[in-house]
Amino acid sequence: MSDLKIEGYELRPGFKGMAKDTGSDQTMFKGVHWGKVMMWIFLLSDTFVFSCFLISYMKGRASTVVDWPNTSQVFSLEVASVPVPLLLIAIMTFVLITSSGTMALAVKYGYEKNRKMCGWLILATALGGLTFVGMQAFEWSKLIHEGVRPWENPFGAEQFGAYFFMITGFHGTHVSIGVIFLFIYAYKTFAGHFDEERKGWFTTLRGGYVEIEILGLYWHFVDLVWVFIFAFFYLW
Amino acid sequence: MSDEYNQQNTPIQAQSSETMSDSSGAMPKDIDYVRPAEIKEQELYHGHSFITKWVFCQDAKVIGVQYFLTAVFTGVVGLILSWLMRLQLGYPELVPFITAEHYYQFVTMHGMIMVVYFLTALFLGGFGNYLIPLMVGARDMVFPYVNMISFWMFFIAVCVLMASFFVPGGPTGAGWTLYPPQAILPGTPGENMGIVLMLVSLGLFVIGFTMGGLNYIITVLQARTRGMTLMRMPLTIWGIFTATALAMLAFPALLVSAIMMTLDKMLGTSFFMPVIMQAGELLSYDGGSPVLFQHLFWFFGHPEVYIVALPAFGIVSDLISVHSRKNIFGYRMMVWAIVGIGALSFFVWAHHMYVSGMNPWFGFFFATTTLIIAVPTALKVYNWIITLWKANIRMNTVMLFCLGFIITFVNGGITGIFLGNVAVDIPLSDTYFVIAHFHMVMGIAPLMVIMGAVYHWFPLVTGRFLNEKLGKWHFWITFLGAYSIYFPMHYLGFIGVPRRYYEMYDSPYITSATGMNEFITLAALIVGVAQLIFFFNIVVSLKIGKPAGKNPWKANSLEWLTPDVPPAHGNWGEKLPVIYRWPYDFNVPGAKEDYITQTTPPSDVINAEVKKT
Repeated sequence: MSDLKIEGYELRPGFKGMAKDTGSDQTMFKGVHWGKVMMWIFLLSDTFVFSCFLISYMKGRASTVVDWPNTSQVFSLEVASVPVPLLLIAIMTFVLITSSGTMALAVKYGYEKNRKMCGWLILATALGGLTFVGMQAFEWSKLIHEGVRPWENPFGAEQFGAYFFMITGFHGTHVSIGVIFLFIYAYKTFAGHFDEERKGWFTTLRGGYVEIEILGLYWHFVDLVWVFIFAFFYLW
Repeated sequence: MSDEYNQQNTPIQAQSSETMSDSSGAMPKDIDYVRPAEIKEQELYHGHSFITKWVFCQDAKVIGVQYFLTAVFTGVVGLILSWLMRLQLGYPELVPFITAEHYYQFVTMHGMIMVVYFLTALFLGGFGNYLIPLMVGARDMVFPYVNMISFWMFFIAVCVLMASFFVPGGPTGAGWTLYPPQAILPGTPGENMGIVLMLVSLGLFVIGFTMGGLNYIITVLQARTRGMTLMRMPLTIWGIFTATALAMLAFPALLVSAIMMTLDKMLGTSFFMPVIMQAGELLSYDGGSPVLFQHLFWFFGHPEVYIVALPAFGIVSDLISVHSRKNIFGYRMMVWAIVGIGALSFFVWAHHMYVSGMNPWFGFFFATTTLIIAVPTALKVYNWIITLWKANIRMNTVMLFCLGFIITFVNGGITGIFLGNVAVDIPLSDTYFVIAHFHMVMGIAPLMVIMGAVYHWFPLVTGRFLNEKLGKWHFWITFLGAYSIYFPMHYLGFIGVPRRYYEMYDSPYITSATGMNEFITLAALIVGVAQLIFFFNIVVSLKIGKPAGKNPWKANSLEWLTPDVPPAHGNWGEKLPVIYRWPYDFNVPGAKEDYITQTTPPSDVINAEVKKT
């Protein structure tokens, strides 16, 4: 423990040392950017939002009077007139998880000040996110075409449509906001804003490649939430 | 920094002499040594026009005052609504224009305004913004621009809420808990625009608050000044910080329930709506769960009680300590009690739902957790009283309000023990006993703290004292009046008078309650009018109050130690302050004066028996 060095502050050994470090003056998280702490706390709060949605969904699904629709049938995609369950969603999940990988690489190259590589990887992440949102729009239109609505559902309980559109919509909004920021950040990377440590919008804080890591935190969170949505909607 | 800190640091310094030796020039063995700065100076945006200085201002102190004034405005609206309700209950013949629908709308808006838009915004937005940067020794909040947006979101939320008074059908009359299914069905006043505006306003409030809350939390965690360890922070900061953390975790449940109810209303989904017959016709709703809403709402609603109470606990601890010239008894205990109450508050929500028809075993569990909360809370009350024990008490207005707080809080807390037990709660639920309980514990008690805090910090904000004589009148009328309002309500509850009833008709117990209702109404009118003394005091003292000068209360904490009074933008002038101790070194034996400020270096008080903090 004691060989852990964080920019001018030596962490103390042991559990007591950890307690002392945590309660020490000036900062609780040594050497961590303000924006990064903010993102973590925001994501904690957002976790509670999604938890409330998903727990409501479990409660709603457990207590409907009409049977829940058969998910492997509702979510199947016809390939050459053979219904393949979970095909579309498998591709969507794969794309989103891959984009998380490219995001992680972008952060790595960012810290290495490899501007070009970092920019291309952010762009790849943005495209992955865009593909995901596009496929979600396709899935929504397919379900709407089949008659699923927030207030009714030909396959069973009407809460299916309500919860599905609400939760995937809320998650899709998160992804879309992330995609917008990824495009902006790709531009900022190529333009060299992070090398210059240029100030961001409306802030007096100096920027830097840490901003990419902060956006990355958000992006990984959105992915993680998707894993839970995937498990609870498609596999249950 | 204290000797102890150096001794503990010595071995570590030996290992890392390179990182430590290039510090502020002082030798590590020097008793005034404080670790060098970790964080760079914050660059601030300085407003240069009226708009950027006072309207769209990024200075947390101005934002705090903006929050304060907006919250007080909503509080006055809530007060007027309560007058109208009391007139209807006490003298219905005087107010023939109040219909049953109006009455329900008043109940709803009064509750929602007072809990969310008044108390929460005032404590966290008002006191939080003003005091956090000053008390932890920061130049401003860490994200000043986001902080400004936070206030304007709150302002828009208030505007949307107030707009609901003027839409067709008026504001919602569903009760402040907005229980479905009735909240969005015909028969409830404001079932169209009223409820939708209420839900939208709550959503905006949550978004705005999240922005502010991130600022408060990160300023406390990451932007303290040199020497300001967590255990040297004033309890005010601990209270506001913990309450903000609760709010960040509790408001999501409110946001989610507001979104789901909006969809139920606007799109016809059935999240909360079971199958319902109305006027012989089957509605399109089917299969939803009204109890789900209650769980979501109270998962927000119970922490909300502590979001209001914890800042009050913190502030009152500091006020008591300063005005009784004694260190707060059991500082660490107080900190852990605040954190413990905060954590426990997430496990008690269903005690609001004993009669909702949930599984009785839930009641067993939640009654247990509820009563466990009494332990840290009682601990705090004992500590306040022990702080006062044999202290050098200054009986000024601030202290009176603190004492008023302790009494009303104990009173409301004890009735809470009645209501926390399922078997006792069931006959008392939905009676005036409940009204009396929560108005005592989270209405009057926090209000006492707010008023005490205003008398205490007014000299800091404006540079002038409030008038003591008017203050004492204000206190006694408010305190005795509030008791006259809520103490009889306990009795009304025991005889079974139900709450939220527009009129009592000819039920047998009503005849005995009529006189009591008239008395309560009179007291409510007097207490309301007495607040004019307060506002008058504030307005007049702004102009002709006695000039306060620097640190008029001889307090120790940082907010009084700024180079300018009132503090200027950036708070600290050229150099950030350096902290050597906690803010409670009062009446230390051997010291020259009865207080040692947080910035007094150890070498200045070498003969005093200072506690190591």
